[in-house]
Amino acid sequence: MTTTAMSRARSRKGNGIFPYVNGVILCLLMFLTLYPVINTVAYSFNDGTDALRGGIGLWPRVYSLKSYVSILSDKSVYQAAFISASKTIVTTLLNLFWTGMIAYALSRREFVLRKVITTVLVLTMYVNAGMIPNYLLISKTLGLRNTFLVYIIPTMFSCFNMIVIRTYIGGLPDALVESARIDGAGDIRIFWQIIFPLCTPVLATVALFVAVGAWNSWFDTYLYCGSDKNLYTLQYLLKMKLATTQASSNAAKTSADALKTTTLTTPVTIRCAITVISTVPILVVYPFLQKYFVTGMALGSVKG
Amino acid sequence: MTSVSPDLRKEQLKPVRRKGFFPTLGKQWQLVLMSVPIFLYVLFFNYYPMYFWVTAFQDYKPKLGVLGSKWVGWKNFEWLFSRADFINSIRNTLAMSVINLVFGTVSAVLLAVLLNEVKNRKFKRTVQTVTYLPHFLSMVIVVGMAQNIFASNGAVNELLMGLGLVREPVFFLGEGKYFWWLVGVINVWKEVGWGTIIYISAMTAIDPCLYEAAAIDGAGRFQRILHVTLPGIKSTFVILLIMNIGHLMEAGFEIQYLLGSSVVMDWSQTIDIFVLKYGISKQQYGVATAAGMFKSVVAIILLVAANLTAKKLDEDTLI
Repeated sequence: MTTTAMSRARSRKGNGIFPYVNGVILCLLMFLTLYPVINTVAYSFNDGTDALRGGIGLWPRVYSLKSYVSILSDKSVYQAAFISASKTIVTTLLNLFWTGMIAYALSRREFVLRKVITTVLVLTMYVNAGMIPNYLLISKTLGLRNTFLVYIIPTMFSCFNMIVIRTYIGGLPDALVESARIDGAGDIRIFWQIIFPLCTPVLATVALFVAVGAWNSWFDTYLYCGSDKNLYTLQYLLKMKLATTQASSNAAKTSADALKTTTLTTPVTIRCAITVISTVPILVVYPFLQKYFVTGMALGSVKG
Repeated sequence: MTSVSPDLRKEQLKPVRRKGFFPTLGKQWQLVLMSVPIFLYVLFFNYYPMYFWVTAFQDYKPKLGVLGSKWVGWKNFEWLFSRADFINSIRNTLAMSVINLVFGTVSAVLLAVLLNEVKNRKFKRTVQTVTYLPHFLSMVIVVGMAQNIFASNGAVNELLMGLGLVREPVFFLGEGKYFWWLVGVINVWKEVGWGTIIYISAMTAIDPCLYEAAAIDGAGRFQRILHVTLPGIKSTFVILLIMNIGHLMEAGFEIQYLLGSSVVMDWSQTIDIFVLKYGISKQQYGVATAAGMFKSVVAIILLVAANLTAKKLDEDTLI
């Protein structure tokens, strides 16, 4: 046997086992990723008192819909869902509009302010005034505490998303803009009628990033709207449930009869049920957008 | 089409250059209209707050304002560095961000290599869809799940006891020494899939001829990974590493805040949580701003150093 034949045989032998080992590893990884998620769903459909014993795996032990019933009969949950949804929709639309527009302006090489504005914007990705100065600006200078606007105004623009969109526009043929300009169209019209519609894939990516960020945030509520129950979001409700569950599980450690005093639907199962409810919108949208955001991430990180 | 456009652009640029700055600006009023409002917005929301950094040198009272509050010089900083809990929070921030950086990078590169070896596109896509998912879950949800999994009667303890590795359940959530590692593990779980995206896109740019040539030369699968795949993502790896070193002062805030409790505070309190505690809850704005400013300044130094290193290494610069 020649050496090449030997090595070819060896490599073929390596090919024989490796794909299976790799497949097993990746399947295990998928299981580890999904286990906590399924576990939470299982908890949410379990009976509250029984759940205190723990040890629930991938399936509820004592099936019960009580957590969902008690959540869906709670008016504050509906209000929170409404706030979460409107915050997400308004923030996303505003972001797409503003970010897309400035991304187009900064993609024009002939624009005289291009360098100045780009530098100032990009620096914000690295330098941050910090939590307290921002808090003082928003709550003291602008007086936005306990208003819905506090969810919208501070998060209207993100430089990272701007770079993602600008890179995408840079990849479109220049002739599109040039020929429109020869036909007499101004930049606003070129952007709105030609570039914006062509950017659908990257706008979908950015919309997903912004929407998920807005939907998932709880800290803004904590900082600025903690005293107005009408402005609570779903994530903030969840965060408060997290705190009470922690407290009650600490109490359960100290007193043996904690089990007797807790009601049928304990916070653990309630919390899991709210988790499920607040995650469903993301789970529904996300698989459809996957092919977009992968390219979007690659675009942003190349230039970022 | 693209061969025509540079000439066209040149023709447009020529009169522009002769006219000088302001006439050109006037001619580009539509572009100005599209960009300057956001520019002003950013100046106001991102740069103007830095004005409040002067409160780090004051005994700041919101009622008196920046101009009316008493100046105290470096007293706030002296107070900070005399406190053990601030020193602790610097240590915790650095420790957790280094753990996150090492765990996060290693796991993402490993997973990207494994995914790159998968030939079945459907399977590859399924793995990607599943592992990207946790990135989209909020930290509140993730911490809630972690509390179930790592509880004394949770899945991890049941597994450990089932395997006979421990006799008594381990109090992962109640003992400080586990906290940093717990944060590291949770962050890997949440971000490992997302982290692979950039490495996989770097791997698709590798010329397939290299793999063929290596195979003809007798390189096995592991040798091809070692000598073709990994060198192919080296520059991406270095850029990301340097960028992350610039972010070493950002250990995250949400996870420590949500997962931590008074029992593990010595290990869970990061600079951000320190700032939150003193600034928002105790309303000692001057001290909290000083702590935040310290963090920002160190971050800028790290970033500039990282950027200079990157230039020296002949990679693309970050800005």
